Amino acid sequence: MEAEQIEIAGFLRQYPPFSRLPEQTVNYVATQIEISYYRADTDVYCFGDEIHDLCVVRSGSVEIYRRNGKLYNRLSEGDLFGQLGMLMGNRVRLPARTMEDSLIYFIPETVFTELCDQFDEFAYFVEMDDNGGLSHAVSSKKDSNDLLGSKVTKLISREPVTIDAGSTIRQAAQKMTQESVSSLLIMEEVADVEDSGDIRRALAGILTDRDLRTRVVATGADLDGSVTDVMTRNPVTLDDDAYAFEALLTMLRFNLHHLPILENRRPIGVLATSDIVRYESQNSLYMGGTILRQSSVEELARVATEVKSCFVRMVHEDANSHMIGSAMSVIGRAFKQRLLELAEEQLGKPPVPYCFLALGSMARDEQLVVTDQDNALILDNSYDREQHGEYFEGLAKFVSDGLDACGYTYCTGLIMATNPRWRKTRREWEECFSEWIDNPDPEALLNSSIFFDLDGVYGKTEWAEQLNAFVVRRCGQSPRFLACLARNALNRTPPLGFFKGFVMEQDGKHRKSINLKRRGTAPLADLVRVHALAVGSTARNSFERLDDIIKAGILPADRGTDLRDALEFISMVRIRHQALELEAGNEPDNNIEPDNISDFERRNLKEAFMVLSNAQRFLKFRYPFTRK
Amino acid sequence: MADLNTLAVSDWSALFREQSLICEDERLQLFYAAGCPAADTPLSEVPFVALDFETTGLNADVDEIVSIGLVPFDLQRIRVREAKHWLLKPRQELHEQSVVIHGITHSDVDDAPDLNAVLGPLLEALSGRVVVAHYRYIEREFLDANVQRRIGEGVQFPIVDTMELEAALYRKRFTVFCSKLMGRKPTSIRLADSRARYGLPHYASHDALVDAIATAELLQAQIRHRYSDDTPIKELWI
Repeated sequence: MEAEQIEIAGFLRQYPPFSRLPEQTVNYVATQIEISYYRADTDVYCFGDEIHDLCVVRSGSVEIYRRNGKLYNRLSEGDLFGQLGMLMGNRVRLPARTMEDSLIYFIPETVFTELCDQFDEFAYFVEMDDNGGLSHAVSSKKDSNDLLGSKVTKLISREPVTIDAGSTIRQAAQKMTQESVSSLLIMEEVADVEDSGDIRRALAGILTDRDLRTRVVATGADLDGSVTDVMTRNPVTLDDDAYAFEALLTMLRFNLHHLPILENRRPIGVLATSDIVRYESQNSLYMGGTILRQSSVEELARVATEVKSCFVRMVHEDANSHMIGSAMSVIGRAFKQRLLELAEEQLGKPPVPYCFLALGSMARDEQLVVTDQDNALILDNSYDREQHGEYFEGLAKFVSDGLDACGYTYCTGLIMATNPRWRKTRREWEECFSEWIDNPDPEALLNSSIFFDLDGVYGKTEWAEQLNAFVVRRCGQSPRFLACLARNALNRTPPLGFFKGFVMEQDGKHRKSINLKRRGTAPLADLVRVHALAVGSTARNSFERLDDIIKAGILPADRGTDLRDALEFISMVRIRHQALELEAGNEPDNNIEPDNISDFERRNLKEAFMVLSNAQRFLKFRYPFTRK
Repeated sequence: MADLNTLAVSDWSALFREQSLICEDERLQLFYAAGCPAADTPLSEVPFVALDFETTGLNADVDEIVSIGLVPFDLQRIRVREAKHWLLKPRQELHEQSVVIHGITHSDVDDAPDLNAVLGPLLEALSGRVVVAHYRYIEREFLDANVQRRIGEGVQFPIVDTMELEAALYRKRFTVFCSKLMGRKPTSIRLADSRARYGLPHYASHDALVDAIATAELLQAQIRHRYSDDTPIKELWI
């Protein structure tokens, strides 16, 4: 005899995830529950308690705590709790305590499991928690890293010291001595283009202690000459909304020691390396500079051994994946730049201008320690194989061998400038990319996903930007190509069985493991690339692409931030895993064994993979095939 | 038949033992043989069953039970999964009035079984448990009288009356006197009003099962607020 539970079913039906279940299912659930009454301020579950029910607040209110006693969430009528414990070995992770007299419905584990098995949406709902445990996991990480994640304005200790462009070198030096600063900003009056006719003071250049040494003392310049003759004109600057880590990376990338910070084009301070080094105590900051000072491949190879400890340090300093990926990419770029300089010293000046390209993860600023070299060459249109071919073959070989010596192994897919296929003139590259976009066969798609993330590291780097803009423009005009690229982005799926758990791979020695790159970050980057090309974003970093994608509004609400959190989380698990392996003296890889990571990481990984899985599903609908 | 509602039973266990030996009906024998919790049993260890009837009227001697709802529970959990709900065909026509009250109509009960047919599973569900009802006169007197009419012997059991527990709190003579003096209406001890005082939700529907669940929730709340886990059951049952 079936007891119809109209009252309970009617209640459940008002709230998700039950509101999305079929009526008869909710009716069934209603007959299976247990009920209990709790007075205010009573523990429903303590940390570590065994739990075998999904709980629904029927009336009253319940507070959920973190293990450390901090309030995690406050629940009221219709809210769920206990799902985390149910998904994590039936142990309560987040204690629950009533705030008011409360009536709680308990849905037994057997029913919970049935619902999860039968209803994707139900599973997803309980997996994702009420307010995204994943974003909690990521944001708590951010908090702990308050330095590098803070704005540059926080690091500025004083107003900038400035001098008028009409001053002499002597006056400039005197002012620097008076103010005891190591850099001076030179201001000039310019006509404000936007406000017709108005004159404003703008930054013209920067003069540093080092400039006084190298450009004044060493050259015996006239101290009464104009300061503008010895200053660095149009210096690299950052806007005041930049983050400290961006400042760090900018300084690394351009090998700067002083970085003016602008607010509405007006300098508000100068950031010196020492401002950052105070926090970035270890010398990962100087890595880039050190690389550029080495004078042979052998010396570079010696420096390269420190890259790994630099990586481990950043992990310990709680840098986020964007910072670490960018720093490792900057370091990788520095190796390429120095190797190219050394190559030119050995082979002579290039016969025609060229641009050396980094591809893939380095171009996306997402490089880690385990990486091979993906690179290519753009040659001037005047390039003639007969005449110049030998030079560039030699140049490519020098760099490629040098990179290998520095730990960036040869690319097994031969995506290297040493491969004559990947040394093309600007015109040839455009033709090649057009061909891939017009005829997206499997090989073209595979190549697209590598070559479309390109970054100029040396030479005519503006060509790389132009080529990138060309690709973005062409892709935007080709829905068919985007549809194909979208399909291609689904080739690698997250390692999730139908909700139940991780699907492990049995490859060689890595038994029962998950490849976080192949099953996580790579498909995420693929997916983000498709959206980025669709919205015309020229960014290459996945996080920056996501910013553009979110701004364009093509994703359902919150999906963009979910993707960002998922990418950050999977990346960080991968990064921490590699750091641990390095510290243990092992060769780092991308394979983790879910049994060996914490419950916290395992659960959030699952959520992150769930986000990826859903986003892949969305991709299919967003970029349908259209017959043309 | 002893009037259990006026005559306090001092030793329910002894009464159950005695009844199990003298009663004729096998179902009753089993019910009594299962015994009832000892009078000193702490509340935290008492198995309860909330019971609610819908009837054709208010006179147990002539009126009949048309539906039964029950749900087993203890201080920790109310087990809806083990709840039972029967519609019964009364031996007497349904009054228009009672149809209005509980909404059970002739056509609803035409194909329903007689109480006698469900007595086995009903008593089994009550076996070894302390019955809980809101306003005990209905559940205890009706079951006793209806069973008596069918098999010639009645059924007796201790009961916790959630309405009585509320009355003890709100209807003490002095309080009532003061309230009257002040011109206030006496505090309602109807099920819905009693529940509201404990922050329990309002249930719109009123079948026997919903009311049984509502009663179980109310007792949990009353015990949580006014008694302790260690209070012996004898302080509550009648």
